[in-house]
Amino acid sequence: MISDVRLYLNRLLPQLIALCVIVAAVSLVFPGFLSLEIQNGRLYGSLVDILNRGAPVVLLAIGMTVVIATKGIDLSVGAVMAICGATAAASITSGHSLAATLLITLCVGVLCGIWNGLLVAVLDIQPIIATLVLMVAGRGIAQLITEGAILTFNDPGLIFVGSGSFAGLPMPVVIWLVFGALVAALVRRTALGMLIEAIGINRRASTLSGVLTPVLLVAAYVLSGVCAAIAGIIAAADIRGADANNAGLWLELDAILAVVVGGTSLLGGRFSIAASVLGAIIIQAINTGILLSGFPPEFNLIIKAGIIVFILVLQAPRFRTAFAFLVPARGARKPTERAAK
Amino acid sequence: MKQKHLPLTATILIFLVGYALCVAQYPNMLSTRVIGNLLTDNAFLGIAAVGMTFVILSGGIDLSIGSVIAFTGVFLAVVLEHSSLHPLVAFVMVLAIATLFGALMGAIIHYLEMPAFIVTLAGMFLARGMAFVLSIDSIPIKHPFYATLKGLYFKLPGGGRITLIGGLMLLVFAIGILIAHRTRFGINVYALGGGTATARLMGVPVAATTIRIYALSGLLAGLSGIVFSLYTSAGYSLAAVGVELDAITAVVIGGTLLTGGSGFVAGTLVGILIQGLIQTYITFDGSLSSWWTKILIGLLLFAFILLQKGIIYASRHRQQRA
Repeated sequence: MISDVRLYLNRLLPQLIALCVIVAAVSLVFPGFLSLEIQNGRLYGSLVDILNRGAPVVLLAIGMTVVIATKGIDLSVGAVMAICGATAAASITSGHSLAATLLITLCVGVLCGIWNGLLVAVLDIQPIIATLVLMVAGRGIAQLITEGAILTFNDPGLIFVGSGSFAGLPMPVVIWLVFGALVAALVRRTALGMLIEAIGINRRASTLSGVLTPVLLVAAYVLSGVCAAIAGIIAAADIRGADANNAGLWLELDAILAVVVGGTSLLGGRFSIAASVLGAIIIQAINTGILLSGFPPEFNLIIKAGIIVFILVLQAPRFRTAFAFLVPARGARKPTERAAK
Repeated sequence: MKQKHLPLTATILIFLVGYALCVAQYPNMLSTRVIGNLLTDNAFLGIAAVGMTFVILSGGIDLSIGSVIAFTGVFLAVVLEHSSLHPLVAFVMVLAIATLFGALMGAIIHYLEMPAFIVTLAGMFLARGMAFVLSIDSIPIKHPFYATLKGLYFKLPGGGRITLIGGLMLLVFAIGILIAHRTRFGINVYALGGGTATARLMGVPVAATTIRIYALSGLLAGLSGIVFSLYTSAGYSLAAVGVELDAITAVVIGGTLLTGGSGFVAGTLVGILIQGLIQTYITFDGSLSSWWTKILIGLLLFAFILLQKGIIYASRHRQQRA
């Protein structure tokens, strides 16, 4: 059990170190960064703010991780966010109850996921292209729902999802913590995670060995759709309105970046949801850090590009071979660890 | 009819039928003015889409072109505002930068063996970031040379004008077709799209070809940026967001197979014209909202992907029987 925890920590170590370095660097430049205070029974502070602001990308990254593990990619999550935000706003303003609104919105997310999943699993279209269809058309559909305007609402229940608090934490943070834990438990406490990795490594071989590949593929995209729906509700509730043009714009790229920062390979296979969540938090910490430390926000994108290139170099097969050659001790230690277990 | 011509034929038919339907409803659309504007308004997108066609033919993807267009525009605006350089010198400088940028991405894709998707995503962030660093404002370009260039046009019978940038797009397409079908590089691109391993065994210089493909895409994105700055007379770092998606869509509608190895540069031109036609129709109609453009283009994209799948399926079926 202890070696399990240690293996887990080993997997997350690079992300944790990166996060600590960023937090330390920002708190050097901006001393108030680490301070937390409780007002009206709720935690306030830059750290909580990072967790709160990062909520949509964290949620998208959870779904994206599973999709990428199947050697896929979901470009449509930003557009699905816009559709679901618009649906939620339209439903609540037309008089549906909060429960019905949430249910309808989640169903729309599921439908979007089923559409993507069917294109990938049944029609066998490359995931980039299959999800591109919904990415292009999705914003149009969202605008169709809101009729081009920003649909505002005043329902306190729906607003609570975006800006309320529970147990001292902002509601979005609670939502992604619970949802992330649920998904992680679902894939790691059952064989699902292993089967998903099997599909990502070799889809044909998995099908031949009896894995229900089409069902699992559709399920992966449905999960991504549900994540986007929740993120869409949070984004809409946060600004008390559904903005079909800007809700979730380019967040699909941030979500993919979060998964890459989390160390999950874009080529499919092994994945870690916790690492992707950390990746999303790292990205948000950089965003917030740049703003707080007075750096011009223009450098934000360049820093992101630098991070991607750095990680690409680390993941490159050639570099790995060279690394293994230079540091033989790491490879040699593993068998003893296994023996101890 | 050869099967490889089927997607292209379908695209051309859809364009002609669509245009005929538009003309049936609005007879005014059948004029050289509309056609001239169709070319001028879509010039920057068309030029960028030629580069994207080569990238997709080779089985890759380039997400950076929208950002490169924005960077080019801002770079030109800043250089022309703060120095007395002639615009032509600035054009050469920015084309060199864009080409090197593309070549660098190609090198990373090849030597680090990374998916083109994520490498060009980094390129997209980098180019947009560089544009932001240069300036976050929209800078007008007031150089007299720009006015001269904008004043150049070829008058068509019926009052239509083929402007400099519209003509440039047609020229780029013509050169693109020549490169794709009449040079060794073009054949190598098709070979690469058929499969990297196969291409290598056939003796295709994979590294050089990959780098050249992305360099070409960068060069054309830079040229597209110049055209865009001529079109808008300004440089703005938030301009041309999402152009890469429009370009990919045009390439797919134009009948190029997304798995690479099969397609035509000429198809992309028709793909661009179809997108432009939808926009023109919505402008003519006046009561339709702009979001129908996105939905219609999404549907077209879906229809063409299905058509491609059907063709691949049919050809496999035939091979098995034979």
